[in-house]
Amino acid sequence: MSMKKILHHALLIAASAGLFLQQTAIQSAAPEMRNDEQVIRISASTFEYKPSEITVKRGVPVTLELMSQDRHHGFKLSAFQLRADIQPGVVEKVRFVPDKIGKFTFFCDVFCGDGHEDMSATLTVIE
Amino acid sequence: MSDLMNRRDLLKLAGMGVAVFVSGTTVRAGGSAQKKDESFYFVQLSDTHWGFNGPNINPDSQGTLKKAVAAVNALDEQPDFVVFTGDLTQTTDDRKIRRDRMAEFRDIVSQLKIKTVRFMAGEHDASLDRGDAYQEFFGDLHYTFDHNGVHFIVLDNVSDPMAAVGEKQLQWLQADLQQMKNDSRIVVLTHRPLFDLAPDWDWATRDGAAVIDTLMPLPNVTVLYGHIHQEHHHMTGHIAHHAAKSLMWALPEPGSVPKKAQIPWSAAEPYKGLGFRNVEAEVAQAQYEIEEFSISRG
Repeated sequence: MSMKKILHHALLIAASAGLFLQQTAIQSAAPEMRNDEQVIRISASTFEYKPSEITVKRGVPVTLELMSQDRHHGFKLSAFQLRADIQPGVVEKVRFVPDKIGKFTFFCDVFCGDGHEDMSATLTVIE
Repeated sequence: MSDLMNRRDLLKLAGMGVAVFVSGTTVRAGGSAQKKDESFYFVQLSDTHWGFNGPNINPDSQGTLKKAVAAVNALDEQPDFVVFTGDLTQTTDDRKIRRDRMAEFRDIVSQLKIKTVRFMAGEHDASLDRGDAYQEFFGDLHYTFDHNGVHFIVLDNVSDPMAAVGEKQLQWLQADLQQMKNDSRIVVLTHRPLFDLAPDWDWATRDGAAVIDTLMPLPNVTVLYGHIHQEHHHMTGHIAHHAAKSLMWALPEPGSVPKKAQIPWSAAEPYKGLGFRNVEAEVAQAQYEIEEFSISRG
């Protein structure tokens, strides 16, 4: 095998290893499904989320199923660095593991009309 | 007595008072000196929200804009132009009402003596229909104009309801700036803050950092904007950002309360927190002197 081919193979192996590491990192960052997964469906419409208050447990993975009843809305939960677009007819799933307790506000960050400013709700994380 | 003082006095007579004087160390000289250094001034009005109805917030919602127009008309020396930095009208889902409000707004501001008026959209004007109605009444969503050696760039960060300028407009901005000299005097007019003032209060532009990065190589850039309904001053590097008051309601200081909410009308202090500003452009020095005016009982 020529030196050029050896170098080429070495680069391929290194690239593959890098890709593998990257994929592993992404997978490990996502919470694994558990039997006690907290699945909460949230409906968005002008200009509210239903339910407007949700409570979850710290350390237990959460899946939020976001649906819009009318138009394009947003979901932004800065405390956990989460955001999503919510379009009518699509269930947008947001998964995370709450790692701190407290009350946190999430809100619509897509201008949706007169009342947009008031479109927010509360996530409470308990022990 | 300087022209500046003349205007102040006249504004007081017209029922307006000087609230704050910001960032200026120079006092304007007489007319001949102004021409020599090409200095001029313009008026910035913002967030007029024509069509808003909320007696607890502004019981004079039908009169505040008209008072501001009268006050500008009462200025001893008329500005070179007037600029409205967005949210001309209160948003509505009704296409006809949206257009009615825009027509009414246009009729009211047509009473300004100065006929050079520059408009831009706010999210209330343009986010629900991507600026269709706005463009019918007021023209392009982003554009440039030049005045006495200053290059003005109007940026649209509202017709995308996700509060972004967008890649296409960014490329347009880059192409425009490539034509500028390094020492060009540039004023960016926009609605939302380009920096992350309070993202959880919707006081940011999603790709504002890219805009600022694009502007940063030029040494003489100032940004004037609205949206946050209060006077605010901020620096990103050498670029100054100045927010203007509203002419409909005031909002609390960023992050000062848990939830952003309109500040209720105070019978003891009517029009508190509302106002407009004069901007003196000292072109030779690349400096801008801002005078804030409040609306008082009148």
